[in-house]
Amino acid sequence: MSDPSFTRVLVPSGVLGLGFDETALADALALEPDIIAIDGGSTDSGPHFLGTGTSKYADSVIRGEWRTLLEARAAAGVPLVIGSVGTCGTDGQVDRMLALTEDLAAELGQHLRVATVRSEQSTTRLIEALDAGDLSALGESPELEAKTLASCSHIVALAGAEQVRAALDTGADVVIAGRATDTALIAALPIARGHDPGAAWHAAKIGECGALCSTHPTSGVVVLDIGADGFTVWPTATGARCTPRTVAAHMLYENSDPFVLLEPGGRLDVTDARYVALDDRRVRVTGSRWTTDARYTVKLEGAHIAGYRTMSLALVRDARYVANGRDWIARVESRLRDSIHRRLSLEADDYALDFRLIGMNAVLGPLETESSNAHEIGVLFLVTAATQALADEIARLADPLLLHCPLTDDEPLPTFAFPFSPAATPRGALHAFCLDHVWRLTDPMSAFRLAVHEVGAVVEGVPS
Amino acid sequence: MTRVADIARVRSKNAGPFRLTIDVFCENEAACTAVVDRLPNARVARALGVDEPALQRYVLRSIDVVKFSLARPVVQGSAEDRDQHGAQWSMLVESLTLDEV
Repeated sequence: MSDPSFTRVLVPSGVLGLGFDETALADALALEPDIIAIDGGSTDSGPHFLGTGTSKYADSVIRGEWRTLLEARAAAGVPLVIGSVGTCGTDGQVDRMLALTEDLAAELGQHLRVATVRSEQSTTRLIEALDAGDLSALGESPELEAKTLASCSHIVALAGAEQVRAALDTGADVVIAGRATDTALIAALPIARGHDPGAAWHAAKIGECGALCSTHPTSGVVVLDIGADGFTVWPTATGARCTPRTVAAHMLYENSDPFVLLEPGGRLDVTDARYVALDDRRVRVTGSRWTTDARYTVKLEGAHIAGYRTMSLALVRDARYVANGRDWIARVESRLRDSIHRRLSLEADDYALDFRLIGMNAVLGPLETESSNAHEIGVLFLVTAATQALADEIARLADPLLLHCPLTDDEPLPTFAFPFSPAATPRGALHAFCLDHVWRLTDPMSAFRLAVHEVGAVVEGVPS
Repeated sequence: MTRVADIARVRSKNAGPFRLTIDVFCENEAACTAVVDRLPNARVARALGVDEPALQRYVLRSIDVVKFSLARPVVQGSAEDRDQHGAQWSMLVESLTLDEV
């Protein structure tokens, strides 16, 4: 029987797919957690994943780690919660995770009650919300238009603690949520049990990336005890420690304001938080405050197709061309623009070209301040156009220039190194994030769909 | 001439697709004071290619951190983006020099 004065949350790692120390997981299970919570996604890998509704991690890795966590859940006899499944948290990824869970439950001889929370949104409904004035911008984005919503391939809303709690309230062994805030997965149960929401949300922010808040970031596993007046956090891997500094520093991570964190339904303020070492491994945090917003909002994420791309790579080792790399590429670009105008009758606005000189400025572009002493450069050439066919055509126009363009008119024709044949590779659609908005809801559940599934082995007395 | 890199480790990261945040972890209190007093926002903004008012600065004395946040100069994943995770913008701050005392 767990101690009712706090809720113990086990976080195996920052995201399913990134790996965790299995000994540390076993040690954490021995501490009898009340729940196991793990994140499954993020926008951090870029708009491609939401745009296509796909997952970043290898299926074999997800299967292996999820199998381990289902076994851990069965051993602990507590709920296992995952959110933002399959990187982007679309309905299709919830379906995939449910199917994987069904498959593994059968393989492991487990019977599981699985609650799913779907986060994907219909554009029709969001256009109605826009017309009703229920959508508002978070940053300085231009005014949202219905056509932007209509252009999205996928739109998801980020679930918060309320929706995760509703899923837990079904008595689920496993909760599979679509897009959700990382923190909601950790904060939901302690808040439901009446513990301090300030402590719960702050603990959730500190624990959302697993052991990243410790001295051994890749070990994965952390445990959080969340109670009435604060929380305690520690990693369970051998040699790993949380210190007031490692814990306080995690509040900065991927967060613009180090003192305030916006969440569905309110905000966490840690201005007055105190971080104290309980021993050489555990840190106690008190003084975090939660304020409930007057109106409940959830954040939206959407992606649409902004064009199609083709890329080429040319390598230059010729010392004179390396030394004059910028001048040479300016000449290539000018000739190419001229050729595009002449052959395709296109204006500069109809396409975009980018020449990134690896070894000179590929990372920072015009902001680069260092001069290069590289003995070779790579030209990463990118063309973006309205169709793949057009992007490919422009890349073919570029091909002879990247191969042979001379630095001056009166010199023998140079030839550079093309590592591939053909030199150009179509990259497909360029997906773009196009929503930075929140949606006001009168009922937190109204944008999410909860369902319960009985899966896996048939157990006597449990209806299938 | 002291560079930020001489007395601090700098980390940059997306804070969502539309914002960028840069954390300067100073090696001790004196280093933190040096960054606070001798690294004007104008210089940081110029290095990042943004206007000074677009840059927010936070000082966390308890952990010797100075943090800069801004709207992402290019939206994550847009055609112009060279760094999906915003991870290498840190180099622009690390290479800045502090005012002479």
